[in-house]
Amino acid sequence: MTDITSMPRDFGARDAAPMRRRRWRDFGPKRVGWALPCALLVAWQAAASLGWIGASFLPSPLAVLEAAWRLTLSGELPQNVWVSFLRAIAGLVVGGGIGFAFGLANGMSRLSFGLTDTSLQMVRNVPHLALIPLVIVWFGIEEEAKLFLVALGVFFPVYVNTLHGVRSVDPQLIEMARSYGFDRWRLFRRVILPGALPSIFVGLRFALGVMWLTLIVAETIAAQSGIGYMAMQAREFMQVDVVVLAILIYALLGKLADATARVLERRCLSWHPAFQVQPRGAT
Amino acid sequence: MTLADSTAAARDLRAPVRSASSAAAPVVARGLSKAYGDKPVLRGLDFVVPEGQFVAIVGRSGCGKSTLLRLIAGLEAPDAGQLSVGAKNASPRECARVMFQEPRLLPWARVLDNVTVGLGADADRAGGRRLAAEALARVGLADRADEWPAVLSGGQKQRVALARALVSRPRLLALDEPLGALDALTRIEMQRLLEAVWLRERFTAILVTHDVAEAAALADRIVLIEAGVVALDIEVDLPRPRIPGSPATAKLAAKILARLLGEDGPG
Repeated sequence: MTDITSMPRDFGARDAAPMRRRRWRDFGPKRVGWALPCALLVAWQAAASLGWIGASFLPSPLAVLEAAWRLTLSGELPQNVWVSFLRAIAGLVVGGGIGFAFGLANGMSRLSFGLTDTSLQMVRNVPHLALIPLVIVWFGIEEEAKLFLVALGVFFPVYVNTLHGVRSVDPQLIEMARSYGFDRWRLFRRVILPGALPSIFVGLRFALGVMWLTLIVAETIAAQSGIGYMAMQAREFMQVDVVVLAILIYALLGKLADATARVLERRCLSWHPAFQVQPRGAT
Repeated sequence: MTLADSTAAARDLRAPVRSASSAAAPVVARGLSKAYGDKPVLRGLDFVVPEGQFVAIVGRSGCGKSTLLRLIAGLEAPDAGQLSVGAKNASPRECARVMFQEPRLLPWARVLDNVTVGLGADADRAGGRRLAAEALARVGLADRADEWPAVLSGGQKQRVALARALVSRPRLLALDEPLGALDALTRIEMQRLLEAVWLRERFTAILVTHDVAEAAALADRIVLIEAGVVALDIEVDLPRPRIPGSPATAKLAAKILARLLGEDGPG
């Protein structure tokens, strides 16, 4: 989630370099990285148990776990998580799908690019969360409101990076494919799409960040179900443990989405030197 | 050697039977002109290649030799003049294959799948992969079929590109300095491979190169292009397989080099 605050306005649209950056993980011993969070957790629990932190200010980790267990048994937690998850996926599919389609069309057709890119770039400069009041007027606090906001949020990172990816496919490869008699579909399927894929994944991962951020804001402000709603309800009744639980669940879902994207990336980009764990038989 | 002989010879050397009647495509160009913007590159060039001949085109950078090759391969259209490749109504893309200076392999396709690219629209047909595997074997890379291109060396990549060009049994192979980026030793290996493949399959070969020694080692005929027209046209009558650097080829190379450098060399 912290990625979002430092996110440049161009949503990371540049060469596939950002993928390579995470390789620092491969070098350091992995377990050392867990030492600090574990220590913090223990310190937090100790401070709460010793009464240094009031339960109404910040409940102990065990209390949060207890709340999770309680709400799971009552069915409230799984229900809300499921609702939020569905909203996130629906928004991602709709907004990401449209962004992907526009990215491909504008990358491959000059006409389409000329017609729509300027308009899209103008809309991109409107922070989509600024539309919340308008969206509430239009849709109330129904599902459409969340769907609209999430879809709008994920549209731009997917669009910008797909467009960039398609445009940066090596023209020499395109010429080669044409000289071998590829028709438009084969050219797209075998050259342009795989060539654009690294950039599309960069876009997808930015989009996942925007997706959760948008959903949190939308659910906290205008919703009658979901994790954000659960947190706001809990605040009304001073159930700080549930509030903390909601925050942690958002973090967990964000992490889960990112991990899924990474697995997909590894699968789809196994040809890419950055993803080859051990190049075999290099000469 | 007549065409019938050469076709028969090609078949003897375990080349599968082609559907087309002729294994090689002739090239006839008359008054070919091409300009990029205001800059004329080819100025009414005449150029005829009989079927099955191995021609090397040499010349300084910017003389138009690559442009000529791109026209013959159908990558670009001439501004003026007539060009026919192969049968009268055949398009260059049907019978010509190009090997570029860079291997231009698809990095996201395994080596074998890169070779199937050479089958064009037939790539997905049954037997396509078997043909590709055969072509890979012909360039000596049968054991690398499942590798990613990224792990291959420069010479191996060019061999894959050669297999890709050969897999459809082209009647014309257009080579645009394909060995230019290789180290000297790999280059000689590739020259030998090219010669062996050409002797076996007898397609028409047009090789654009900077390297006059390479031209002398490989070609039946060397054409020197200067300022967009043919300036010199020499038959090379040396026995094959040739040994690169042998006195006869070295003498020929020296002669062409002298001409290229604008000296009236010692014949």
